Amino acid sequence: MGAYTPLLMSFIATPQTLHFPEVLPLQSGASIRDYHLAYETYGTLNADRSNAVLVCHALNASHHVAGVYAGQPKSEGWWDNMIGPGKPVDTDRFFVIGVNNLGSCFGSTGPMHTHPDTGEVYGADFPVVTVEDWVNAQARLLDRLGVRQLAAVLGGSLGGMQALSWTLQYPDRMRHAVVVASAPNLTAENIAFNEVARRAIVTDPDFHGGHFYRHGVIPKRGLRIARMIGHITYLSDDVMNEKFGRTLRAPAVAAALGQGGIDVADTPSSDLREYLYSTQDVEFQIESYLRYQGDKFSEYFDANTYLLITRALDYFDPARHHGGNLTRALANAAARFLLVSFTTDWRFSPRRSREIVKALLDNRRSVSYAEIDAPHGHDAFLLDDARYMSVMRSYFNSIAKELQP
Amino acid sequence: MTEKAAMQALARLVPPGSRVLDLGCGNGAMLDYLQRERGCTGYGVEIADANVLACVQRGVQVLQLNLDEGLAMFDDNSFDVVLQIDTLQHLRNAETMLRETARVGRTGIVAFPNFAHWPNRLSVLRGRMPVTRRLPYQWYDTPNIRVGTYKDFEVLATKNSLRILDAFGLQDGHEVRWLPNARAGTAVFHFDHV
Repeated sequence: MGAYTPLLMSFIATPQTLHFPEVLPLQSGASIRDYHLAYETYGTLNADRSNAVLVCHALNASHHVAGVYAGQPKSEGWWDNMIGPGKPVDTDRFFVIGVNNLGSCFGSTGPMHTHPDTGEVYGADFPVVTVEDWVNAQARLLDRLGVRQLAAVLGGSLGGMQALSWTLQYPDRMRHAVVVASAPNLTAENIAFNEVARRAIVTDPDFHGGHFYRHGVIPKRGLRIARMIGHITYLSDDVMNEKFGRTLRAPAVAAALGQGGIDVADTPSSDLREYLYSTQDVEFQIESYLRYQGDKFSEYFDANTYLLITRALDYFDPARHHGGNLTRALANAAARFLLVSFTTDWRFSPRRSREIVKALLDNRRSVSYAEIDAPHGHDAFLLDDARYMSVMRSYFNSIAKELQP
Repeated sequence: MTEKAAMQALARLVPPGSRVLDLGCGNGAMLDYLQRERGCTGYGVEIADANVLACVQRGVQVLQLNLDEGLAMFDDNSFDVVLQIDTLQHLRNAETMLRETARVGRTGIVAFPNFAHWPNRLSVLRGRMPVTRRLPYQWYDTPNIRVGTYKDFEVLATKNSLRILDAFGLQDGHEVRWLPNARAGTAVFHFDHV
């Protein structure tokens, strides 16, 4: 066995792409045509085509939801702990579809691709896309895959917003909505975090008004800072303190970088080493962690995509055209719901999930709600928590029981 | 009081086809029974993780909420029946929750351990808090923070302008209508609000 071979091998996933020549009208009034959607499917569509589950992704994820790519160690999909053979969303029973949204940077048409009208790279000219637009594009993908009605739409965070939007846009094309760590819209604080991230990107001199591709540069500084801010909000204070606390960056590393000029040989642990007394070097472990996350992110993520996706988050607000009344907004929903939130998630707090629950109750809709007392903040929706996993497994079991054998 | 006979005795108070809210629904057995046997619909409210999971497993709709935070999520008269089966004695805000139960439900059904049941009186006479099958806890570790009797509840109900439609005791799954305050381990009240 190679060092990278996981003990429990995940299955092999194969990304696919479909071309859509036709025009997709967008909520803004603009439209997009000649676009591609990257997607993956796992499991088998049953004879009466009733076992399809659509998984919607959040900010920085993709159609690669589960499984690994052949010959690529450590290439597990972003929700591989949740989805797969024998997992809570069991691909032995469900036909699971992951799709990369328009404007993203993992294979579907996005700002780094060529505008069919101009022959130039879209850049800043990529149209603003909304959650509703994504859902419409996903529905067209399902048409092509021969899926008329979904057993369930599943998503966390921004993915949960898509699942919620599905219940309003295509109530007859789905039976269950599983909405995890999500919200009926963003709070002012949430929009504020997004705006800081966007300003970091837009004010990077390498951004060039969104047309940085032409200049052969990438606004990495902005992307790094955007990611650092995001990362802070995905964790809870407790977890961050537990993980990093006030721990200083290991002295060996500091010494290797030739910083500080301290005598590391006599320093028994990083906690006891002398401060560097520097305002710009990495002093604390948390700084090192955030910089590392920022660096990694800026290597693969597209700056325009970051702007587009955070804007889609900001704009989502199904109650807006109902005088802010979520109960009236959800009157159209026919799906049965499972909502899950996490007590330490302050970015998409339980209170926001309860608003959705209340609106569903007001409409006498079918809903169950689990509030998981997990310490990990917003990130909890991607992590293994026995209570969370069990509730998901049980709910999907009950969906599977409704299927024809 | 999860015995089947007791559950059936309480279920008889719930009209067939009712929309039910079960506060402190435990593992969902009661709602499951009401759904299967009496064609009811509804939701359970639970705080314990294991019970929430048990409800999802048996297909009972459950909302994981803390009853100590009230019932603001539920509109007035939005349920035909609101149940509080062995829940009242755990609530810090027991009186508020009783009023809330009456507000949210067209009718309410409350069942709780009757501390005036004669074995309990005997125990107190002997100088010790009761420890019985119905009340299996020691005084220092009991989750029953509201220790009341059948008669006490009558007083509380009157104080809160509840109209008692029916009241009786339950003992070994049987209704006790003669001297329930002494002869029944469980007090049952069916009420609406005027």
